[in-house]
Amino acid sequence: MADARTFVSRRAGLRLWLSGGWLVLLTLAAVLAPFVSPQDPLAQDLFAARLPPFWQAGAEAGFPLGSDSLGRDVLSRIIYGARVALIVAVIAGTLTCLIGATLGLVAGYFGGWPDLVISRLVDIWMAFPPVLFAILLIAVLGTGLSSIIIAIVVIDWTRFARVVRAEAMRQAAMDYVASAQVAGRSRAGTMLREILPNVLPTILVLLTLEMGIAVIVEAILSFVNLSISTDQPTWGGMIAEGRLSIYQAWWVLVFPLVALFLTVLSFSQLGEGLKDRFDPVLR
Amino acid sequence: MSAFLTIEGLNVSLSGVLPILRSVDLAVHAGEVRGLVGESGAGKSMIGKAILGTLPRALRIESGRILLDGEDLQRMRPRDRRRLIGAKAALIPQDPLTALNPARRIGPQITDRLVDILGWRRRAALSRALELLDEVRITDPERVMRAYPHELSGGMRQRILIASAFAAEPRLIVADEPTTALDVTVQKQILRLIRDMQARHGTALLFVTHDLGVVSKICQTLTVLYGGLVLEDTTIEEFFAAPGHPYSAALLGATPKYTDPHGSLTPVPQSVIDAANAQLDAFDRARRQ
Ligand SMILES: Nc1ncnc2c1ncn2[C@@H]1O[C@H](COP(=O)(O)OP(=O)(O)OP(=O)(O)O)[C@@H](O)[C@H]1O
Ligand SMILES: [Mg+2]
Repeated sequence: MADARTFVSRRAGLRLWLSGGWLVLLTLAAVLAPFVSPQDPLAQDLFAARLPPFWQAGAEAGFPLGSDSLGRDVLSRIIYGARVALIVAVIAGTLTCLIGATLGLVAGYFGGWPDLVISRLVDIWMAFPPVLFAILLIAVLGTGLSSIIIAIVVIDWTRFARVVRAEAMRQAAMDYVASAQVAGRSRAGTMLREILPNVLPTILVLLTLEMGIAVIVEAILSFVNLSISTDQPTWGGMIAEGRLSIYQAWWVLVFPLVALFLTVLSFSQLGEGLKDRFDPVLR
Repeated sequence: MSAFLTIEGLNVSLSGVLPILRSVDLAVHAGEVRGLVGESGAGKSMIGKAILGTLPRALRIESGRILLDGEDLQRMRPRDRRRLIGAKAALIPQDPLTALNPARRIGPQITDRLVDILGWRRRAALSRALELLDEVRITDPERVMRAYPHELSGGMRQRILIASAFAAEPRLIVADEPTTALDVTVQKQILRLIRDMQARHGTALLFVTHDLGVVSKICQTLTVLYGGLVLEDTTIEEFFAAPGHPYSAALLGATPKYTDPHGSLTPVPQSVIDAANAQLDAFDRARRQ
């Protein structure tokens, strides 16, 4: 038993360190972008076009991950692109979580007509295909950072609502909830102080997953040019451009893809790691 | 003297269709230990839940009164009712594994009610909790207060729940089969503990069980329930000397004797069950008219 536990916590620890490490690094780079980027991400220099990454012949010192066909530095663009990705991840993830988890908690614990209303709403929502829904929303709201965030929140709150509702229902049936009620706790107090702490690990996992999803959605939308203004670097935009010159300069495509992949993976692994760490039963 | 808890003509149904409790009358006086027995599904737990205000949503109180310390619970505002129940009554639940919140440490789970409902100072509540853990013979109470439920054994958790039930000095405790989920050796200790605590604090106890052996050891009075109908309301002496209902007599015959644990047991005969069911039907017919 003790062995199984240390094994679990050691694996969870490694997961936490690797995923957390990447996300901290990325956040630092994004916040300090003007100081750590080797170049201005928008500066074009046709004499420095399609420079290869540093380990290949013909690389230049100021362009460690090479440059694109307009001579813009790939690393600097990835760093500035991380700003957009992380802003969308944090804001959209948090808002989606707050709205979805609150509705799910209320539906699952109170039951009755609040549950009826919220559950029907979720059913109706789920009938829309999400990608179509997103493009439709952007078409109505117009492109821009806030439109992307609104689209993600509007589409994805059901993910939280469904899972949190089911978990809250399971908890509400436990004796400790009845005991809290006998001890005089109000319904709202029971929900917040008894049920919520037990649902929190689940919410945490969903939140980090959602942040990863938000990063992907932003990348997809900027890939099809529905994201923010085109001159600002985004990972999706870089991938779209890199696709055109893949045979001449693979690095323009591959590095933003790797950044995207690592970030999405880290968010999901962070969730799993935190869950193992904070779930009192597993701890 | 009027009883501390009085239930009069309590009818509870499943969404108005299926009767669960049939005009139940039951009284528990201050300091009295009343047993509530009946087979599984008789409605014992639902009586406890009706008193404590935790009936499942699907169940509805159709008619009848529940008076706790002279106050009619059905007529109170929910908020006042919660406060009254929180101050004067408590529950020792059946399953110690789910009756403690797994995400919270033991300490606050005991002190919550004292601080939030009764307005104690945190420090006073804390020392009260330690004192009670000591009283239920938990060694190293400080450590236990900081522990999470999953770190403790079932018997330990049940002791904690007993301590918690007595913490606010309630006048009535509902114990819903408090030993059923425990193994036999622990059962005896817990039973003795509840009896000792009850005697020391003078708390009235409504003890739900289907074990007449347990009843004979700790109860003074007894209510026999069948299908949500009270068949018999008597004292322990009278019950064991001469049960007042054929069903009670049959139950007694189906219980191992303390003096002769390996003696022959007779299951409740079908004729007795048929008679009891006929009584339920007669009750329902009379009520419908
Ligand atoms: N949540 C619920 N919804 C609908 N009916 C319920 C619910 N809970 C219990 N009942 C019904 O109420 C009746 C009485 O149940 P109760 O739990 O009071 O029995 P009990 O006497 O405590 O039995 P046991 O000894 O098994 O605990 C049963 O017929 C049961 O089916
Ligand atoms: Mg029961």
